[in-house]
Amino acid sequence: MARVIVVTSGKGGVGKTTTSASFATGLAQRGYKTAVIDFDVGLRNLDLIMGCERRVVYDFVNVINHEANLNQALIKDKRVENLFILPASQTRDKEALTADGVERILKELHQQDFDYIVCDSPAGIERGAHMALYFADEALITTNPEVSSVRDSDRILGILASKSRRAEQGDEPVKEHLVLCRYAPDRADRGDMLTVEDVLEILGIPLLGVIPESRSVLQSSNAGVPVVLDETSEAGKAYGDLVDRFLGKDLPHRFITAEKKNFFQRLFKGG
Amino acid sequence: MSIFDYFRTPRNRSAAVAKERLQIIVAHERSGRRKNPDFLPALKQEILNVVRKYVAIEQDQIKVHLDREGECEVLELNIVLPDEVSTARQHQ
Repeated sequence: MARVIVVTSGKGGVGKTTTSASFATGLAQRGYKTAVIDFDVGLRNLDLIMGCERRVVYDFVNVINHEANLNQALIKDKRVENLFILPASQTRDKEALTADGVERILKELHQQDFDYIVCDSPAGIERGAHMALYFADEALITTNPEVSSVRDSDRILGILASKSRRAEQGDEPVKEHLVLCRYAPDRADRGDMLTVEDVLEILGIPLLGVIPESRSVLQSSNAGVPVVLDETSEAGKAYGDLVDRFLGKDLPHRFITAEKKNFFQRLFKGG
Repeated sequence: MSIFDYFRTPRNRSAAVAKERLQIIVAHERSGRRKNPDFLPALKQEILNVVRKYVAIEQDQIKVHLDREGECEVLELNIVLPDEVSTARQHQ
């Protein structure tokens, strides 16, 4: 049975699509058959981040409306085996996403022996975001160390606890994981950014990964390559660790303390 | 810390302010999400104890309701005083 994982945040621009792309790619790299679905109808971007924007013919809404079958719409990744992308529609409005339609597609993916289905949620708390989280077994709560992002994440946790299918049916609750993106350890050390511990204390959910602020995230999105494939970058390594941790490995968190500076740097720049 | 840090003005620890503001707003919004905040029974008991210092009332003569009207929370407190109160006042 495939596990359904929603990548959500409430606030926009915090790293949902970047995380969805790297998380799904990392799972597929490790041998799991993985589908990543863009729920941002009208503003699709996962295709660009995954580098398959020119291969989109049919989309999620076409499949829901029976205008194409699932296999026509699924894009097979060219770099990683076992990885498939289901793009969002760029022309329809978000009302096109119906619970019945989404459920039917998830069932079909279950039947095709997928191990993981990653749902990339749009920002906000409207239909697209609700549909992305409704069927979830687990949730990656993507947060930046910044007040509005943390507050919105807490709001989303409330919605997961009350409006997901698991909540409505009284099943075991959606398993929550915190993904803290754009973390700058030196700024946290200086006291002008919330620390990992601060965010954990406020949100009170287990930490899955900390992704450091890194140039490689923009460079990767420029190129249409999920940053997890850039194994030389800190962000790429951090996403790799995140995937391993999700699969049960016990790894220490890296890149959460500021780099040690040598004597001259300390003297002139401060510690 | 470098030796030059001793000459700097103290830093503005804005993260501490952020954390405090978040803790307050998040706690407030979480309480709004719950239908019945968990402090209500304790609040009711304490109010009952205070009233009982002056007037003998029963447990069921006090009602506490918390309602939400738009952005406002309204705490409604209803205490039924027994008839003896008027006589009690005369003795004071």
